[in-house]
Amino acid sequence: MRDLSMHVLDIVQNSIKANAELITVSFTRDENDLLTFTVEDNGCGMSAEFLAKVTDPFTTTRTTRKVGLGIPMLKQSSEMAGGSFSLTSEVGVGTTISASFDLKNIDCIPMGEICDSLLTLVILNPDRPEFVFKAKSPKSEAYFDTRMVREAVGGISLNESDISAWMKESIDEEFKPILEV
Amino acid sequence: MKSLAELEAIRQKTLSKVGTRVEGEDEIRVVVGMATCGIAAGARPVMLKFVEEAQKRNLKNVTVSQTGCIGMCRLEPMLDVIVPGKEKVTYVKVNPDMVSRIVAEHIVNGHVVTEYTIGAAEGK
Repeated sequence: MRDLSMHVLDIVQNSIKANAELITVSFTRDENDLLTFTVEDNGCGMSAEFLAKVTDPFTTTRTTRKVGLGIPMLKQSSEMAGGSFSLTSEVGVGTTISASFDLKNIDCIPMGEICDSLLTLVILNPDRPEFVFKAKSPKSEAYFDTRMVREAVGGISLNESDISAWMKESIDEEFKPILEV
Repeated sequence: MKSLAELEAIRQKTLSKVGTRVEGEDEIRVVVGMATCGIAAGARPVMLKFVEEAQKRNLKNVTVSQTGCIGMCRLEPMLDVIVPGKEKVTYVKVNPDMVSRIVAEHIVNGHVVTEYTIGAAEGK
């Protein structure tokens, strides 16, 4: 993956596939420019046995072929730049995946257009699941919640063009200052 | 989040348009491959360009959705344009600039952009 924004789009697909109803994507940036990216879902979860081998590129749930690169590549991207990676999961409860990136490390991948990835997730999954996006830096905080948007528009699909335009503005305005500098 | 009050105005405006929306049989579907391979090859800007073009041209009969990997990762980003009553058309190695042409020629005017299709790419 060329940048973090692509990992964001990719890793969340796992939560969607796991039939999560609520997916929380958060970014915390500390004063030392360490960025922690976390995806938390209430999907089907993984057994301890599967969890132990899921960072292996030759592990996947799909039946069409034998490789699954999303998680191994995220782990690689964070670890090659001095970050850390963690994954916890419980069957029937959900999964939390977390990867940190030292933005000052020369080997750290660029952040890319994370806001575009967040918007893409909502547009492509307008009915379910619900998404919560959070970002936090020492200077500011950003928040976005599809449940609040859904309630405000009362039954209109979230991929309706005027609503997606509003969501784009909302996400860009708050998240860009934290994530794309 | 931005003020949710603005959404109320958008809701009213959208509700007045929904009645004119073409439903069902005239619906053109655009399906973008968004698995790890598609994403890494640049599917996201392609998908967002479709949404933007549909918005700009006020196309109400186009829905954009995603699919997983269909096994031809070297041809990603790939997308299908499905016009009711016609054969499905698969475009390969799509970039955002190509999207404008696909929307103008295929979706609006009904002419397949043959040089971008999987048949043209694989026939070389």
